[in-house]
Amino acid sequence: MAELNGDAERTPTVVVDGLHVVYRVIGAGSTPDKGNAANALKRLIRRKQQPSVREVHAIKGVSFVAYEGDAIGVIGSNGSGKSTLMRAIAGLLPATKGAVYAQGQPSFLGVNAALMSGLTGERNVQLGCLAMGMTREEVREKYDSIVEFSGVEEDHIKMPMRTYSSGMGARLRFSIAAAKSHDVLIVDEALATGDRDFRKKSENKIKEMRAEAGTVFLVSHSMKQISRTCNRAIWIDKGVLRMDGDADAVVKSYLTESS
Amino acid sequence: MPSSIATQDREGPDPAELAARFGLTRTTARPTLLAYLKQLWARRHFILSYASARSTSQYSGSRLGQIWQVITPLLNAGVYFILFGVLLGTSRGVDNFTAFLVTGVFVFTFTQRSLNNGAKSISGNLQLVRALHFPRAVLPLSFVLVEFRQLMISMALLFVIIPITGIVPTKNFPDGPGDTVMWSWLLIIPAIALHMLFNLGLSLLMARVGALSADVNQLLPFITRIWFYMSGVFYSVDRFGPALGALYPVLQLNPGAIFLDLYRMVLIESHEPLDLPLGLNIWAVAATWSFILFIGGFLYFWHKEEAYGRG
Repeated sequence: MAELNGDAERTPTVVVDGLHVVYRVIGAGSTPDKGNAANALKRLIRRKQQPSVREVHAIKGVSFVAYEGDAIGVIGSNGSGKSTLMRAIAGLLPATKGAVYAQGQPSFLGVNAALMSGLTGERNVQLGCLAMGMTREEVREKYDSIVEFSGVEEDHIKMPMRTYSSGMGARLRFSIAAAKSHDVLIVDEALATGDRDFRKKSENKIKEMRAEAGTVFLVSHSMKQISRTCNRAIWIDKGVLRMDGDADAVVKSYLTESS
Repeated sequence: MPSSIATQDREGPDPAELAARFGLTRTTARPTLLAYLKQLWARRHFILSYASARSTSQYSGSRLGQIWQVITPLLNAGVYFILFGVLLGTSRGVDNFTAFLVTGVFVFTFTQRSLNNGAKSISGNLQLVRALHFPRAVLPLSFVLVEFRQLMISMALLFVIIPITGIVPTKNFPDGPGDTVMWSWLLIIPAIALHMLFNLGLSLLMARVGALSADVNQLLPFITRIWFYMSGVFYSVDRFGPALGALYPVLQLNPGAIFLDLYRMVLIESHEPLDLPLGLNIWAVAATWSFILFIGGFLYFWHKEEAYGRG
């Protein structure tokens, strides 16, 4: 694996160093008699931790280095820790042990959470762009191309987003999210939206963004998509880095294992 | 199978060294205070547009829409008027009780909602916090701005209500208590500025508390209600306070009572200002509260910046 051996010619963009992520889940189910008020009070008085607080060791010592120009597919079964790892890379979850170093601020592709369904598409474009950290001038500059890329018609863009069909909404959300260029971009299952034409269009957009961005991480359950868009893949299994290498090779052994 | 190619092998350079050599930085490090302020300044348009988006979308489903921003505070004041002015008769010692009460309700609502919404600003927006990168103080700050817009509407209403109640005859004043438009109304600007600072600080403080301990949110309704009753929204603190002994100065100096009195003093001519202990000046007390809370709240919030949205 040339990637890992610290090739002096290539610029690293993300360094994950012995990363552990443990988080506490409050209200994880436990035996029913522990949930009553009297017991809760007793715990409070004795300053004991709630029994319903469970620690989840989601990432157990992952290390790798991503370089400029890498498009890295992230694969693994549900609950393997892919999303946790991505959130730690983006700096949204603190590392319990180890560290993540990155060039600039790795960001997720997605602004859904900042948008409001009661507002018009037009205002959501502005809001979403500002949420991603654009300035007002940048928003004004990019507005037309965002709307054009989404394919939402002129009369719809002035209507509240809750009146949009789900496909139309998804297309607009993707277009907003893709308007910002990032040093390190994380795409988490965002491409399964819209009709087939739009899916193709968005895959191309990702490739384009990869050229602009240093590095793209693509979390997907579609092995075809990973083979198509990535040059490298990492396989996360129960919080451990199971395999790291050429995308096709990793996909192949993942498929052999799971079938 | 090549599962042996896990990355525990460390043939390459030390990761931390490699990162340092290429100028990579830790993604979860808390920014310094100065850097944090710069980040916030860079996001100022987001703060404003998020606030205005929220207040627009709040009523977007209802037919009357934004008119609710006017109706809601009036209904609120009406309920308290019937409850306290008519049924319980707490109006003793207040010349223009309607103006007194409506000012109290509008002003206290601003503080109360800043507190409540501040507490929920992080814990109720985890989706957003987990998806995007921005200085988290954006959320509590823009929630206060939403309430600030509401206060502006309430103030416009007050400017109409006060002169009207000034000419309505009461038992003691056959020609009305005489409150009307006056120059001291201009002092409302520094009063609102101080109040705004106080609420921003309060909201930041509660945002951290609410984000890191979900239990506090359960207590909030009780805390705000006690504060409401203590602050003289519907009675004169100086009229009922002396009976409380040692608690009286606490009641007078609590920021709730201080800010209510500041607005009333400025807006209502017939209002008798609080008789503060030690002859303290009300502006000085209000400013002290504002700066303590704003600076303290901001530092307190910033100190846990990297922990919000965890788990």
